[in-house]
Amino acid sequence: MIWMAHWPKANRQLILKPNMVLPGLSCPEQESVDEVADATVNCLMQAVPAAVPGIAFLSGGQSAELASARLNAMNVRFKSRLPWALAFSFARAIQQPALEIWQGKVINVPKAQQALYHRAKCNQAARRGEYNASIETT
Amino acid sequence: MNTQVIIDTAKAMVAGNKGLLAMDESNPTCNKRFAALGIPQNEETRRAYREMIVDTPGLGESISGAILFDETIRQQKKDGTPIVKAIIDAGIIPGIKVDMGAKDMAGHPGEKITEGLDGLRDRLIGYYEMGARFAKWRAVITLGDVIPSRGCIEANAHALARYASLCQEAGLAPIVEPEVLMDGKHSLDRCFKVTEEVLHTVFNQLYKQGVILEGMILKPNMVLPGLSCPEQESLDDVADKTVNCLMRAVPAAVPGIAFLSGGQSAELASARLNAMNVRFKSRLPWALAFSFARAIQQPALEIWQGKEINVPKAQHVLYHRAKCNQAARRGEYNEED
Repeated sequence: MIWMAHWPKANRQLILKPNMVLPGLSCPEQESVDEVADATVNCLMQAVPAAVPGIAFLSGGQSAELASARLNAMNVRFKSRLPWALAFSFARAIQQPALEIWQGKVINVPKAQQALYHRAKCNQAARRGEYNASIETT
Repeated sequence: MNTQVIIDTAKAMVAGNKGLLAMDESNPTCNKRFAALGIPQNEETRRAYREMIVDTPGLGESISGAILFDETIRQQKKDGTPIVKAIIDAGIIPGIKVDMGAKDMAGHPGEKITEGLDGLRDRLIGYYEMGARFAKWRAVITLGDVIPSRGCIEANAHALARYASLCQEAGLAPIVEPEVLMDGKHSLDRCFKVTEEVLHTVFNQLYKQGVILEGMILKPNMVLPGLSCPEQESLDDVADKTVNCLMRAVPAAVPGIAFLSGGQSAELASARLNAMNVRFKSRLPWALAFSFARAIQQPALEIWQGKEINVPKAQHVLYHRAKCNQAARRGEYNEED
């Protein structure tokens, strides 16, 4: 956040890494991507001061695609009106597809790396609000 | 409780680069201002003064809401029109001050606690029926060598949240006003620290008591050096400190922040609000607006002097100051104006 550069350092010395607001994994009712985006951003607006430069979501037990789609929906719907960036700090949602391809074998490294690169790029697109299902197949 | 109506009211209070006109001086305060200018201090002069204000042509161009005192919301213009109706007809939302004043806090020398919660639910119903759509409650935090105490800050924050919750139950949007006074010789940094602590405590209580942040307006002090502090920082320094402090403490869900003017001169209050909007407006989650009393009224009061013949001139000056503050919201205020 370049615009904060001239402010006292204490204001930009942390990044918040929260969960998204989600129904429990074994809850029978699983809300839509847009509903999750609304509930998550609404919750953050109640509680996170504008001085925090960025919010980088954890992915937790979400699938790679679902984590990207939900981050994307938040940025599509709210990006222009929020005081902080909505970013990602994913472990499984970036690594898991690559890990499954790699399988501990050198021969799989290029393919695994390609999958890892692809997921990182997908999440960058989600930050811009430009992620969609078709990206997954390209 | 119709949540959406309260949210719409709060939004309207800071829409169109407008702001709030605080004209809710209690009788003793109003009389004090009158006495300083040799104006008779009685119910009729107070009524005539408030009629002069609400009849100002074009006031609704820059004023979104007017905060009234209990006596005023029950009064009529000379021609019999209720003051509330005159306000609504001018395109302005009527509001009401509902606290009963800041009283000495027991066991806390030099500190105040605001009273007025007893019976507030019923009073709010009455005010709603009279046409009020928002309310105001002011808490006062005094700075000194060993104050404010945690006890004073917490008691005032708790009362503010109880008031705000009752307002929303009654369909009124609450103005939450925790004022850190500018009297004293404290530094700008001291004011920053105390204001930040007070705001954090207030929002913690608002959260605990279930107040809908989207349906309220915060009315804080600007972060200023004490009036008798030898070092008086520049407009830009005050603007930076104030916005920085608010960014650390005010959730993005709050639609607007309407500053009190306190003991600032009319020009300085406008210039500081302007500097904040020039420097930060495009990057903030809430509107930076005004809820000024003296900084809008004082020049007009001095011209009016209690005489009907001075009304047009006084209204002209009042209109001008309101317009100046609207310009400050756009970041287009110029001290030459």
